[in-house]
Amino acid sequence: MIAFWVLAPIMVAAALGILFSRKAVHAALLLAVVMISLAILYAVQDAPFLFVVQIIVYTGAILMLFLFVLMLVGVDAADSVVETIPGQRVTAVLLGLGFGTILTLGIAQVTFRVAGLAEANADGNVEGLAGLLFSSYVLAFQVTAALLITAALGAMVLAHRERLTPKLSQADLARQRMRDYAETGKHLGPLPAPGVFARHNSVDTPALLPDGSVAEASISRVLAARGVVGSAESAADIDRVTRQIGTGADAEDDIHASHEGESGEGEV
Amino acid sequence: MGDTLSATPFITLSAILFTIGCVGVLTRRNAIVVFMSVELMLNATNLALITFARVHGNLDGQVAAFFVMVVAAAEVVVGLAIIMTIFRTRRSASVDDASLLKY
Repeated sequence: MIAFWVLAPIMVAAALGILFSRKAVHAALLLAVVMISLAILYAVQDAPFLFVVQIIVYTGAILMLFLFVLMLVGVDAADSVVETIPGQRVTAVLLGLGFGTILTLGIAQVTFRVAGLAEANADGNVEGLAGLLFSSYVLAFQVTAALLITAALGAMVLAHRERLTPKLSQADLARQRMRDYAETGKHLGPLPAPGVFARHNSVDTPALLPDGSVAEASISRVLAARGVVGSAESAADIDRVTRQIGTGADAEDDIHASHEGESGEGEV
Repeated sequence: MGDTLSATPFITLSAILFTIGCVGVLTRRNAIVVFMSVELMLNATNLALITFARVHGNLDGQVAAFFVMVVAAAEVVVGLAIIMTIFRTRRSASVDDASLLKY
């Protein structure tokens, strides 16, 4: 019972976190917390086989699948906060509360006389489950096999994509780049590197242009979409340091000059 | 060993988790998060099934939970493939954007 009282608050908190988390990745990780806690509760309740299955199938396979799809769909697919049906969220929460109250009240009115699994698990839990699966549930078990094969085939058909246009070769890409340059004047060379040499040793710091503004193309599009670009602060830092050294002694002129060179900003 | 455990707390927890999953399905808009809420509801019912197996003293409940897990795995595979296909054609994983059948 100790396991239950330790895990139950964690599980409810994590489940509420799924409800409120803005990012889908966080929801997936919180779901993992709920599922592992559930697995432990299964073990507590004399179901060692389902404990293992829960961890392997749910946290191992299904959640990894969720994370893979999240990676494919993209992290910048943010959840919109606008309601399409007015008052839908409030109604949903009220309905949920009502539903939960009814369920809990119903459960509270019943007293369970727990028979316990000591007898059923006498030969071992796995043996007991196997005995049931391969005798009274054998038909359902075989239908499950058909279901799994159908699901695997369906997923393959859905995920498969025919190539409608021929694949671009390197020569095609080069030609395309030259055409872009001729028509729109798009820069021919590689994209600018992030500003890792200026002050921070990290790719989320944008490079600064000679006039001190941020070079947009130097930052990965994904980082920009996530909103984790550390930009203005580092520029302000450089400004501050330049000013401090500028008001200092003449002996520090060398450093001043080198800082000017690094940051790419002159004194105005 | 576990025979003295009372069943009511487990069933109540299962009900609470199921309710949270329900509200999640109703309020969230990202199709993947809606799917996760469905998984939460399935897990909550599994907990109830396993607890009831203990109440009744036989393993039928555990077999049912096992089948729920198998079906959930199949459902997740197909569902996520559908979400991916929709995302490919409309560049969106929101459940509100896939409304073409309405018109």
